Amino acid sequence: MTRPPRSHPLWLAFVLHRLSGLALALFLPAHFWVLSMALTQPQRLDSFLEFAENPMVKLAEFGLVFLLSVHIFGGLRLLALEFLPWSNKQKSLAAGAVGLSLFVSGTFFLQAI
Amino acid sequence: MEQAEQTHLEVTVRRGDADGGKDEVFRVPAHDNQTILDVVSWIQQYSDPTLTYRFACRVGMCGSCAMMVNGEPRWTCRTHVNKVLDGNKLHIAPLRNLPVIKDLAVDMDPFFDKWVEAEGKHHPTKTRDDPIEQINPESAERSEANAGIECINCSVCYAACDTVAGNPDYLGPAALQRAWTLFNDAKNEDKQTILDAVSGTSGCHNCHSMGSCTHYCPNDLNPMAAVAGLKRETAKSFFRRRKNA
Ligand code: HEM
Ligand code: SF4
Ligand code: SF4
Ligand code: FES
Repeated sequence: MTRPPRSHPLWLAFVLHRLSGLALALFLPAHFWVLSMALTQPQRLDSFLEFAENPMVKLAEFGLVFLLSVHIFGGLRLLALEFLPWSNKQKSLAAGAVGLSLFVSGTFFLQAI
Repeated sequence: MEQAEQTHLEVTVRRGDADGGKDEVFRVPAHDNQTILDVVSWIQQYSDPTLTYRFACRVGMCGSCAMMVNGEPRWTCRTHVNKVLDGNKLHIAPLRNLPVIKDLAVDMDPFFDKWVEAEGKHHPTKTRDDPIEQINPESAERSEANAGIECINCSVCYAACDTVAGNPDYLGPAALQRAWTLFNDAKNEDKQTILDAVSGTSGCHNCHSMGSCTHYCPNDLNPMAAVAGLKRETAKSFFRRRKNA
């Protein structure tokens, strides 16, 4: 079969939403597991938190915050598209969601380093 | 300009049937003004008379000539070669998401069957003996219905939709857009039947709003917006029913 039609802005927004959703689904269990150490193994949590001071880990956290944020704003765009009166500005709104997410995750990163 | 210097196009055509196929390359004389359908017709008339394809009107009215051109679904009679040429190469294949009959002709039955499945058919409010009902062309409802009436059933949107590719039962953008048009038509009765028909497992809630339908519709229609309208109305009707139950 021929290569499917792709790479227009809203299709890319769809892919970003799916990948970020899947990444979050993988990340959250790990996240809760680490948090649960506060109750079960406080020393191990402390050493993990020390490791998390590493700049490379901060950079990875920036990625995670971006994914979470882009999934939330992108998801809100989709909910608005589905449940509010139609707007023709979907491409701008999708771009806005990405921009807002970069702002949020960028701010987080500058705070963190 | 590049075009004027090329004397020939290198056209790869997907040949075959439901059991599979292979690519075949043809050299076709290049002209300044030439559509993809012209290229396919030239091959059939001067190179290989067994090439099978479908067209009727040649002016973008009948919706029978759609094919995959360089991987994208297009109405071939109104797609100029210059617009899609990749160097001097073209790749022409049968429309995606539909069974191939032979070469470039696909079986459109599944596409049309879904129009009926989505209740994309007229449910009259009156008989021939009643006086004709006056409709205000400016009303919001009528504008919403008008938005989709220029659909030519070409199946370009259906071929573009990844959700159809993933779920062969999904009704698809064109059938759902027709259902939405009729839902908004004051002369069409039985709105709930339409909402029920489009809210099942093959219905509008499969759509991920990726907008390939709207991106590729050659008539600049917006099936994505129509599907979103159905999502909204089916959700409303769901809560209305729960309240009344
Ligand atoms: C509160 C924030 C969130 C909002 C507003 C939100 C919204 C949405 C929406 C509207 C969809 C449907 C998209 C579509 O139709 O294609 C979706 C899909 C999805 N979400 Fe979320 N979501 C949120 C948080 C999360 C979290 C925390 C996870 C991870 C566990 C997650 C994982 C997913 C996955 C895997 C999908 C499927 C993606 C797809 O079908 O393409 N979401 N989300
Ligand atoms: S918006 Fe919906 S109907 Fe249109 S191509 Fe995407 S999934 Fe298919
Ligand atoms: S909505 Fe557009 S692309 Fe889809 S069948 Fe109608 S005219 Fe063709
Ligand atoms: S031949 Fe009728 S739309 Fe192309």
